[in-house]
Amino acid sequence: MLKLYSGAEIVFKCLEDQNVSHIFGYPGGAVLPIYDELKNFNSIKHILVRHEQGAGHAAEGYARSTGKPGVLLVTSGPGATNAVTALTDAYMDSVPLVCITGQVPTHLIGTDAFQECDTTGITRPCTKHNWLVKDVNDLAEIMHKAFEVATTGRPGPVLVDIPKDIQFQKAKYKNYKNKKKLNGKSHDNYSQKNIDELINLISKAKKPIFYTGGGVINSGTKASELLRELVYATGFPITSTLQGLGCFPADDNQFLGMLGMHGTYEANNAMYSCDLMINVGARFDDRITGKIDEFSPKSKKVHIDIDPSSINKNVKVDLAIVGDIKSVLTTTLKTFKRSKKNFSKSNKSQISNWWEQIEKWRSKRSLDYIGSEETIKPQYAIERLYELTKDKDAYITTEVGQHQMWAAQHYKFNKPNRWMTSGGLGTMGYGLPAAVGVQIAHPKKLVIDIAGEASVLMTMQEMSTAVQYNLPIKIFILNNEYMGMVRQWQELLHDKNYSESYTAALPDFVKMAEAYGCVGIRAKTPEELDDKIIEMLNTDRPVIFDCLVDKQENCFPMIPSGKPHNQMLLGPKDQKEKKITGKGRTLV
Amino acid sequence: MVNSKSAYSFAGKKQKPDTHIIVVWVDNEAGVLARVVGLFSGRGYNIESLAVAEVDQKQNISRITIVTTGTPQVVDQIKLQLKKLVPVHKVADFKREDKNVIFKEMALFKFVANNGKLNKAFEACKNFNPVILDKTNKSNVIQITALRREIDSMSKNLKKFGLVSVSRTGAVAMTRGSEIFK
Repeated sequence: MLKLYSGAEIVFKCLEDQNVSHIFGYPGGAVLPIYDELKNFNSIKHILVRHEQGAGHAAEGYARSTGKPGVLLVTSGPGATNAVTALTDAYMDSVPLVCITGQVPTHLIGTDAFQECDTTGITRPCTKHNWLVKDVNDLAEIMHKAFEVATTGRPGPVLVDIPKDIQFQKAKYKNYKNKKKLNGKSHDNYSQKNIDELINLISKAKKPIFYTGGGVINSGTKASELLRELVYATGFPITSTLQGLGCFPADDNQFLGMLGMHGTYEANNAMYSCDLMINVGARFDDRITGKIDEFSPKSKKVHIDIDPSSINKNVKVDLAIVGDIKSVLTTTLKTFKRSKKNFSKSNKSQISNWWEQIEKWRSKRSLDYIGSEETIKPQYAIERLYELTKDKDAYITTEVGQHQMWAAQHYKFNKPNRWMTSGGLGTMGYGLPAAVGVQIAHPKKLVIDIAGEASVLMTMQEMSTAVQYNLPIKIFILNNEYMGMVRQWQELLHDKNYSESYTAALPDFVKMAEAYGCVGIRAKTPEELDDKIIEMLNTDRPVIFDCLVDKQENCFPMIPSGKPHNQMLLGPKDQKEKKITGKGRTLV
Repeated sequence: MVNSKSAYSFAGKKQKPDTHIIVVWVDNEAGVLARVVGLFSGRGYNIESLAVAEVDQKQNISRITIVTTGTPQVVDQIKLQLKKLVPVHKVADFKREDKNVIFKEMALFKFVANNGKLNKAFEACKNFNPVILDKTNKSNVIQITALRREIDSMSKNLKKFGLVSVSRTGAVAMTRGSEIFK
């Protein structure tokens, strides 16, 4: 006869069988039986956060930097509601998370019991699926199904809500056999004909461009390798979304930089003027497309995506290929190599005019800024950080705002899974806990959260977590005392009415670091910046780096709202040349 | 162009909306209707009417019939988003004009009037398979099955015969002929 296990034990048996090594969580009344079992399962390490949102973002950081699902364990009521932001964030950015919540005992559900909330109701729109476990005999199956749903197809968060009485009740547990990974097989819905059509379009294109996104990263490191192979084989230019950074080396000449609202001049103009756009794992987000009616008006559009509902959602495409990027690219490369040998050479003249045009756009040097010897320009700070860390295979997380865009523009990523940022939901406070999660997954690696002083204060309490587990994360704060992106939009769109975007009372970040038991470093001038960064890198403990930057600096280039890609607003250097005055700016 | 103060783009050109009947086969489990309906409300889609009941007790399958209006792009999204829900097995979509599909709604009418009027009321329902479900000397309850717009006009026209209460279902649909939707 099979041994009987309690619900709490079954939870851990499932986690063991799913090869989970770390869970992020916070105890509370309704999950105490599960916490009680923790001591009996040595292979699973629990990371105690300081707020459930932190657990969620840490699990996201863990998931994004490893490709494995992140797991969090929180209590009922406030524990669950605090996790909602992180779940929504993961849903928007397709991050696989498994969230286990406690619930009040079954007989109290619906009675407004202490710390009761309708967890499955609240999280229904921000998870791929969720379950309320009403019978302990269903628990194991639901847990394994949860991992399957989170990790297959387009990844995303799931939630399992377990009432406290179920955690005590006993049931059998059959060992779980890892089924053949569905990812790839059941989600591929394309034919060789689609691939032939794609190759036909590729061979005819005179102004082609690859537009790649987070789907490439989600498809695994192999997908990035295949993408590189295809891009080199075709000789086509490539641009990437915020989430896709790293799947193609940023220092390669074929890479045009990020596209979209704060993308480069060359990437956006190439998107506007191309005759063939190959979207690989991106979703035509509104920050990318700008004005949809004038989005890339003359191009044939190909969309490769694992999620059928992404196709034709925002932009109508001419050829849709539904499938896992890795599998689609494998087939494409196979066919391409067979039918178009030496394509890159023979095709060179066909796209040479296109490359000439791109080089013209590139010569605008749209990421340039006016340097300063007195104050640290935020772009300069990122540039120096990049130069001093580029050989260290660093993992970068960010918060949300100007610093995030500057990091995306000026920090060059050459590998996938090195860049963790909240793109879809735009969650301020994401970066610090995400860095905790990344460092847990990669204890020996350099992990830096490029932060803004406003964002980082939203989840600052997780420094305490970092100290507890000796996680030497580096919080690199670009401190301009403003919610910079809010201030920038107020300057450009609301007649410089800086309504509530200045933080009049900020903590002393150096003293704050000391209070948390970590190291505080402050840089005030460009002159001392390098030394201070080196000091930070040489510190084998958590560091809060307070980098005092220019308070007025804006993030350029920029596609103003409601404008197409070819009407970009360039930085102050270029604006002076074009004599765009203050008045012109308010017309954006 | 209007001077935008928004960080978002303007709404683009709109396509023409059509009425569609979406049929969804789902696992009959707790919360499944909320998932389907929540998807509609969360993404701003319309629901004109809704009919849902279990159709297969053995396999626990419910059939949900939703009448909605939307542009072709929106209707496509509705179908694709529905298919992503874990308890959804299959999704069918019919245009209201589709000749190969039967659409029916049922309505219950309660009349309170004298015998003469009650007879006239029954007479007026003649084309819609009327069944008298209850009768007293001053009232009756009549069941009819018809199309949505027919029931709409009936409930207006029958006022004069003493119609006091109307209860009606959402539309249900089925294809004509021997074929079934797979």
